[in-house]
Amino acid sequence: MSSINLTLKIWRQHNSDALGNLETYDLDNVHTDMSFLEMLDILNEKLTKEGKEPVAFDHDCREGICGMCGAVIDGVAHGPEKEVTLCQLHMRNFSKGDTIVIEPFRSRAFPVKKDLLVDRSALDRIIQSGGYVSVNTGGTPDGNSLPIPSSNAELAMDAAACIGCGACVASCPNGAAMLFTSAKISQLALLPQGHAERQQRALSMVAQMDEEGFGNCTNAKECEAVCPKGISIRNIARLNKEYLFAALTEG
Amino acid sequence: MELNSRVPSGPLADKWNNHKFSNKLVNPANRRKYKVIVVGTGLAGASASATLAEQGYEVQTFCIQDSPRRAHSIAAQGGINAAKNYQNDGDSVHRLFYDTIKGGDFRAREANVYRLAEVSNEIIDQCVAQGVPFAREYGGTLANRSFGGAQVSRTFYARGQTGQQLLLGAYSALSRQINAGNVKMFNRREMMDVVLVDGKARGITVRDVMTGKIESYYADVVILATGGYGNAYFLSTNAMASNVTAAWRAHKKGAGFANPSFVQIHPTCIPVHGDYQSKLTLMSESLRNDGRVWVPRKVGDKRRPSEIPEEDRDYYLENKYPSFGNLVPRDVASRNAKEQCDEGKGVGNTGLAVYLDFADAIKRDGEETILKKYGNLFQMYEKITDSNPVEEPMLIYPAVHYTMGGLWVDYDLMTTIPGLFAIGECNFSDHGANRLGASALMQGLADGYFIIATSVAHYLATNSLEKILGSEAPFKDSKKEVEDRIDKLLQNSADGPAGKLTVDEVHKELGRLLWDHCGMAREGGSLEKALKELPEIKKKFWDNVYIPGNGKDLNQSLERAGRVADFVEFAEIMIRDALARNESCGCHLREESQTEEHEAKRDDENYTHVSVWEHISGDEAPKMHKEELKFEFVTPSQRSYK
Ligand SMILES: Cc1cc2nc3c(=O)[nH]c(=O)nc-3n(C[C@H](O)[C@H](O)[C@H](O)COP(=O)(O)OP(=O)(O)OC[C@H]3O[C@@H](n4cnc5c(N)ncnc54)[C@H](O)[C@@H]3O)c2cc1C
Ligand code: SF4
Ligand code: FES
Repeated sequence: MSSINLTLKIWRQHNSDALGNLETYDLDNVHTDMSFLEMLDILNEKLTKEGKEPVAFDHDCREGICGMCGAVIDGVAHGPEKEVTLCQLHMRNFSKGDTIVIEPFRSRAFPVKKDLLVDRSALDRIIQSGGYVSVNTGGTPDGNSLPIPSSNAELAMDAAACIGCGACVASCPNGAAMLFTSAKISQLALLPQGHAERQQRALSMVAQMDEEGFGNCTNAKECEAVCPKGISIRNIARLNKEYLFAALTEG
Repeated sequence: MELNSRVPSGPLADKWNNHKFSNKLVNPANRRKYKVIVVGTGLAGASASATLAEQGYEVQTFCIQDSPRRAHSIAAQGGINAAKNYQNDGDSVHRLFYDTIKGGDFRAREANVYRLAEVSNEIIDQCVAQGVPFAREYGGTLANRSFGGAQVSRTFYARGQTGQQLLLGAYSALSRQINAGNVKMFNRREMMDVVLVDGKARGITVRDVMTGKIESYYADVVILATGGYGNAYFLSTNAMASNVTAAWRAHKKGAGFANPSFVQIHPTCIPVHGDYQSKLTLMSESLRNDGRVWVPRKVGDKRRPSEIPEEDRDYYLENKYPSFGNLVPRDVASRNAKEQCDEGKGVGNTGLAVYLDFADAIKRDGEETILKKYGNLFQMYEKITDSNPVEEPMLIYPAVHYTMGGLWVDYDLMTTIPGLFAIGECNFSDHGANRLGASALMQGLADGYFIIATSVAHYLATNSLEKILGSEAPFKDSKKEVEDRIDKLLQNSADGPAGKLTVDEVHKELGRLLWDHCGMAREGGSLEKALKELPEIKKKFWDNVYIPGNGKDLNQSLERAGRVADFVEFAEIMIRDALARNESCGCHLREESQTEEHEAKRDDENYTHVSVWEHISGDEAPKMHKEELKFEFVTPSQRSYK
């Protein structure tokens, strides 16, 4: 373990209506075994001791699964390490004297609420528009009555691993939510349980995406590069297929 | 405080069916006239909200996070138990019941645990129908693994992300009901109080954490699904926002709190590496199947592990417990690790760790086989610690993981406040003094999908509730109380931080006190000492904590302060509860109650009961009540792992 000193340039914005700006902070004695959020914790303890307002940021599980954390680190959503969330990024990825620029996930559909904290409820509304199988509790058939080939279950699981962090949106030049939406559509399209509603699902979820102000996909592939769960853009191809088929049949 | 468990009579296997039949119902047309509040969207809260909304109730659901999908349940890794017996290896409802009640060291209610085992099978069917991608065999049937020392293979899983997938299943059902207009979802709200009208729970008061606004909501029943309180210890495997606030405020309004000192400490976590550490990460228990636990024989041996020859190593679990070895239950493994470190044999920078060594397993089975089994865990470990377990033994240490204690509930999951229900980890019901692996997910979903709706219907059908509007005096009083409390939290901060402490500093001090005195091994004198030290911490908190900013805005320091204030108050009944239970049982050892070989000794004659605490207002000490536990269908046996 060693210790480094850093210069942090952090986006500070009091609320959605306020203008924000980058503020500079020097931080010494950052242990390289710390996680990025623990580094922010010690900055916040320091700011508190100085009578200044700590930096607001979202976080909860701190083990890469709840999808609550996230910020753009030197221009990259969730920072330089591949396939990790911000809470799993460790300070050993940085060197003595580095300057780190920390900004919120920006997108038209994600208003900044305070500092690094944004409103991602648009993603919830996409799921609400159709990201489910319509079954009520009770009266379902035995779990083994519907055999599902292991390979399909695995592919569905690959897609289902999405944590809803929104990094894909923040990194997309068009602010599209295609990777997120396609992950759910793929999971359910790959499983027999999802078949009955697949057309309606694709149409509703895509319509909701548009309504929320997310942009269109132009194959920039930035989303896949930053996704902490390795969600593949093959899912987007699957979404397009599902949507096209649904639109043709419905039309 | 009256403790009527309302356990139905009759043979064990018929109780739940009989109860469902004898409980009153609300007809579908009338359900939409009733409002239900659910606090929490973990497995328990999300499944309850969706189910009640499907049945026609008007549901309002609340959570702290920015989305219901982020509840702490999302982090569960290992799996969920069910008595399907798909492997044909002799499993049954009765066996799952027996394993769970024995695992809990005979400190849970027989009838509740049996019901849990009974509905476990329906949970799997429900989740499959929702599209939860459980692991499958090549032929397409559901796969199982064995877990937590059970002799049968009954755990269903979705890679190492079972909690995530089950929660996303419940979240999808909830989302569907939100879309249908049957659930109104309130994100980023922290519940601060329960509102009672005529002695019945009729609403809650919450703080909108984005705006600081204090709001009240009214309903006909209130269901708490707010999770466990492991964060009282500051460091735990729980998510950062996990808290006792909701349960504690309910307790202060009259809900009995059961077995607050029953806390599970998990043996295989990544050790603390510095005082900046914010939480602990669990490494799956399965690692003990192939890893060997050891420490150096000599105190203060600072050599690298590879330089320590066999004869200077102490494989203490294998030596002490020859028949179970490294696979002793969680509590035994945890306690022994702490003992070794207390003796000065701990390893790593801090001396608070033991080795979990895979060298022999790799020699025996080859690196490839071991990596196939544990590759993802090794990777996760390496990411956090920067050390590769193939080359160097892992460092592990116990950490607070799960709280068996919680709000006391009857068979209907109702607390001692009429109309206030508690489900999931926030109640005390099913795990006794120790929870078995893969059974918390089962309990959360059993409560939410299959039990609570029956209870709610019965309550509504048998109570006549006055019409209210949410503007009555109790609502105003509750709001005022919450506002005053927030002002009180902020009162010391007007003149700046000079000479003051931060919220985390006090929280860490509380955590250390609980860990040292009310952890794995407890002793009367030491608990008394903790009880004496607690008021000092409380005073420090209220006189000396600086909170930046104000209450009219997003203020994460203020949120933490509110939770820590409640943990500090709550710690008193934890310690008192530990003190009152002069027996070793489940997860904890009581030094005064040991066998000659220094193993835990349960005392059935004096402690076959649930300890239920009643809050007494003013400065008076809380009062303890007992619910005696009767074992009609199983005979409590003593555990032995020698
Ligand atoms: C790392 C880890 C691994 C685990 N692995 C397993 C496993 O493999 N198998 C198993 O069976 N169990 C496991 N467990 C235990 C299990 O995950 C939990 O016991 C279970 O998920 C709790 O679910 P819950 O619904 O009761 O509460 P939680 O999931 O904790 O949800 C609590 C909810 O209440 C809300 N809330 C809390 N307080 C308030 C408040 N004051 N106001 C408003 N809302 C509030 C939160 O926002 C959240 O929505 C694991 C636990 C951990 C920590
Ligand atoms: S697809 Fe990846 S980046 Fe996008 S929300 Fe899901 S996990 Fe995050
Ligand atoms: S805090 Fe949960 S994913 Fe980072």
